[in-house]
Amino acid sequence: MQLFPCPFCGSRDETEFHYGGDAGNIRPDGAEVPIDRWADYLYLRTNPKGTAREIWVHMNCGEFFVMERDTVTHKVLSSAALGGEHAA
Amino acid sequence: MTASRLATGGSAIDRSRPIRFSFDGATVHGYAGDTIASALLAGDVAVVGRSFKYHRPRGIWSAGVEEPNALVDVGGSVPTTPNTRATTEPARDGLVARSVNAAPSALADRNAFLDRFARFIPAAFYYKTFMWPDWHRFEPRIRAMAGLGKVDAGWTSAGTADQINHHCDVLVVGAGPAGLAAVRLASGAGLSVMLVDDQPKPGGSLGHRAGEIDGKPAAAWIAETVAELAAAGQLILPSTTAFGIYDHNLVGLNQRHCDGRPDTLWRVRPRQIVLATGAIERPLPFANNDLPGIMSADAALAYLRRHAVLVGRRIVLATNNDSAYEVATALAEVGADVTLVDIRRDGTPPTPANVGLVKGRALTSATGKLRVDGVTLDDGTRLGTDCVLISGGWTPTIHLFGQAKGKLAWSEARAAFLPGDPVDGIAVAGAAAGAVSLSEVFAGAGNAVTSSGQKKAAIPHSTGLEATGGITAAWPMPGSKGRIWIDYQNDVTVKDVELAARENFVSVEHLKRYTTLGMATDQGKTSNLPGLALMAGITGRTVPEVGTTTYRPPFTPVPLASFAGARVGELMAPVRRLPLETIHRANGAVFQEYGGWLRPAHYGGNADAERSIADEARRARQSVALFDGSTLGKIEVIGPQAAAFVDFLYYNTMSTLKPGRCRYGFMLSENGVVFDDGVLVRLDEQRFVVSCSSSHVAAVHARLEEWRQDRFGRGAVYIHNATSDMATLTVSGPNARKLLETLDLGLSLDDSDLPHMAVGHGTYAGDEVRVARVSFTGDRSYEISIRADRAEPLWAQLRRAGQAFDVVVIGLEALMILRAEKGFIVIGKDTDGTTLPHDLGVDGPRAKRQSEFVGRRSLFTEEAARDNRMQLVGLAVPQGEAPLATGAHGIKRIDGGLRSQGFVTSSYQSPTLGRPVALGLIERGAARHGETIEIQHLGKIRTATIAPPCAFDPAGDRLHA
Repeated sequence: MQLFPCPFCGSRDETEFHYGGDAGNIRPDGAEVPIDRWADYLYLRTNPKGTAREIWVHMNCGEFFVMERDTVTHKVLSSAALGGEHAA
Repeated sequence: MTASRLATGGSAIDRSRPIRFSFDGATVHGYAGDTIASALLAGDVAVVGRSFKYHRPRGIWSAGVEEPNALVDVGGSVPTTPNTRATTEPARDGLVARSVNAAPSALADRNAFLDRFARFIPAAFYYKTFMWPDWHRFEPRIRAMAGLGKVDAGWTSAGTADQINHHCDVLVVGAGPAGLAAVRLASGAGLSVMLVDDQPKPGGSLGHRAGEIDGKPAAAWIAETVAELAAAGQLILPSTTAFGIYDHNLVGLNQRHCDGRPDTLWRVRPRQIVLATGAIERPLPFANNDLPGIMSADAALAYLRRHAVLVGRRIVLATNNDSAYEVATALAEVGADVTLVDIRRDGTPPTPANVGLVKGRALTSATGKLRVDGVTLDDGTRLGTDCVLISGGWTPTIHLFGQAKGKLAWSEARAAFLPGDPVDGIAVAGAAAGAVSLSEVFAGAGNAVTSSGQKKAAIPHSTGLEATGGITAAWPMPGSKGRIWIDYQNDVTVKDVELAARENFVSVEHLKRYTTLGMATDQGKTSNLPGLALMAGITGRTVPEVGTTTYRPPFTPVPLASFAGARVGELMAPVRRLPLETIHRANGAVFQEYGGWLRPAHYGGNADAERSIADEARRARQSVALFDGSTLGKIEVIGPQAAAFVDFLYYNTMSTLKPGRCRYGFMLSENGVVFDDGVLVRLDEQRFVVSCSSSHVAAVHARLEEWRQDRFGRGAVYIHNATSDMATLTVSGPNARKLLETLDLGLSLDDSDLPHMAVGHGTYAGDEVRVARVSFTGDRSYEISIRADRAEPLWAQLRRAGQAFDVVVIGLEALMILRAEKGFIVIGKDTDGTTLPHDLGVDGPRAKRQSEFVGRRSLFTEEAARDNRMQLVGLAVPQGEAPLATGAHGIKRIDGGLRSQGFVTSSYQSPTLGRPVALGLIERGAARHGETIEIQHLGKIRTATIAPPCAFDPAGDRLHA
């Protein structure tokens, strides 16, 4: 069981967290967004081998945050609170 | 009589406490401190089970967790546990043990004839043989004939298994010399330590191997070490197996109480792990090496010194390494006739006293029926015997290191895989790291502790005879004659591995799956290395080139009850409960779970539920009905950006809503699919209440939080889930207003002040109440929300005052009929994962909205514009017919075949209309009102007429009546 650092609550078991998608997947606004761009936003995930930047939510406190971790070694590299950074 | 208990000795047993238990119906005598295996050996029971496939007689091989043969189903006064290892299970008074895969007993097994057909059933025979007509025709009989223990169908839990979380500086796995030395050093350095060992007493190999430590006998040093640890308050858990290392070095422990109590699961987070897990002795390859009476040499020594059991009188001890010499010496000392057969010609230790030594020879075969009676050497010599002991070298127990993704390194000198590059936070010491002599073991333990940043401390000093590790590998050879067992537990022989290689299953993972080598309860602890060495020999590769299979938890079987812990029965998936549950029960409510909530399905008890539900639905239309709607979501959205926020979250424009008013709307997912529906209440300019579906509250709340934090920011809106703060009591029906007027809620119920889709505020008995004119029945309705803990008197008064109006209390089933009559949908029932809002006839926002909202772009795709989309419709059946089946498909006939064109989503008998009503999603349905379509269910085809969804009061007059 992995330990994830919630920026608000500290180190907790991974079962307390939900995955929220790739960090930096900026939402394109508008009915005129090119359909390929919209499909990328909806469905295309980077799935990197190695360092990944991801959104996670700590279910117990309800706070979303950005976590950097290594998908091979499962080492957690950093975590930081979210602040409306994906507003287009 | 060959095996027997000696008159004296036995460090583990207490001769003052005799015990009795049964094995296959016969009484077995033993002493406290015996395992089932040691007591069976003392009673000269040679055959203790039958093999998995061929029903070969099998005896005890080991004295530990690696046991492949001596599995027993253990019960008695406690629930039966199948496939328990007799070698680790303590013998207890009154215990009932049954051999596995044998009937009526291991000695007289009626399926023993199967072994005569062995050559017709090699590895994978069933993949090839039982293909016609169908494997499932054969499966039940084959499963009955092959296998291990039996699950007890009448098993009941002896209680909840405890689960304990624990943190410490150092966890030491294994209480042999390496583990004890490591834990003593760590404790001395002031660290909090935990020591676990799968045996009932600490000591490991020191319990039966010779050694003097710091000038004392091993037993005295163990006692001193344990006393020192106890005095320091350190945690020592005997009978506890570390079965797995998981991510971030979480260690799972299985603690056995062996007294009928369920095992305890420990989840330990140590800063540093020291693996002092020892090593396991391997068999040697020769024909019929699986006969009862053939045993690991180290096990024989353990039974002798721990349990005072001498395993035979005329013993042949076959070896390829130095460790067997101590065994030979010890057995000869107690009077056994020992012949030591060493495959090595040179470099052997000194010949033990009173032992016949044959150098440079190997065993080629053994003979015997229910017990070994002789062996043949490779020079043709035949030796009579009643017990054959085998020492084929040592396999370090590196399973946990492997689980932690530690890389292994092959050692030719030790003929074994050893831990390779270090893993963060894990050190390996002792025999697990390939150490043989005690001084080597202690040096390794010192390094294991200092590697965690501790100062160097004095390590114990071995003053006894130093063991030596000389070994000449003796792997199974391809082309060998006779049936040579590699894996006892799964009946895998040299020929099976050769067959796998011939059929190109040469990868070690394929070999495992094709032959089952290394599977089942022992996971190949004695067989994996010989098996892959044989594969190396067959394919001309080296052992490290073949490699090992992946190490996975658990190291030994762990009861599922341990993982479940307290999460059983109602606690497995706890339901949410209404504040008025006890009142509803007292009023005859029958409860069911709906979307995680336990709610009244209907009232009037279980008898004639159909009629109760129909009665409730009919009477609700006649005068007035009460309904507990407390589960409805009440998520508050508060803040300067609240209006912009709900605009973004909803498909419908919500910012134009006036304070004090409500509006129905959809929330979409980003792919445009309708995610939830419900009423949004605007309390004031900066405050809304999201009244989402009961089963969707948590998901809607999470979604609101995500968009708040990710798009709007923490200062823009605040979200508070007040769902369980308040109870919501619904009053619905033509006389709803009249009933409310009797309550004096301190607010005007006049329709000009509180019209449909408006919200008002009043008080009841001093508590604030919120009254919303929202209807899910199509009748005039009032939803009264009040503090959950003060709802009871209000509910009681509504029922009392309602008597004058012939009030009816309705459950969820009746409400479902009422809403279906009106064509009101339930998301997830009348919609699926493809339903877009315009499929439900709500196209306005899509056509008109200019501002951004969740899912917007997805409503303008080719898929969303497809002209044959499934759309919400009503379905009417011919006069006098029964309701359609929910889930039945609307069909069309194409080229003589049937093709679905949608399906029935909701279907009920309407007591008010006196006919069935149904909703469905049908291709192009909105434009096909009046058309007849065929509906198929379980092969039967009926007809129905497509109609508007609303079957009752389409003009909506009753909302205002």
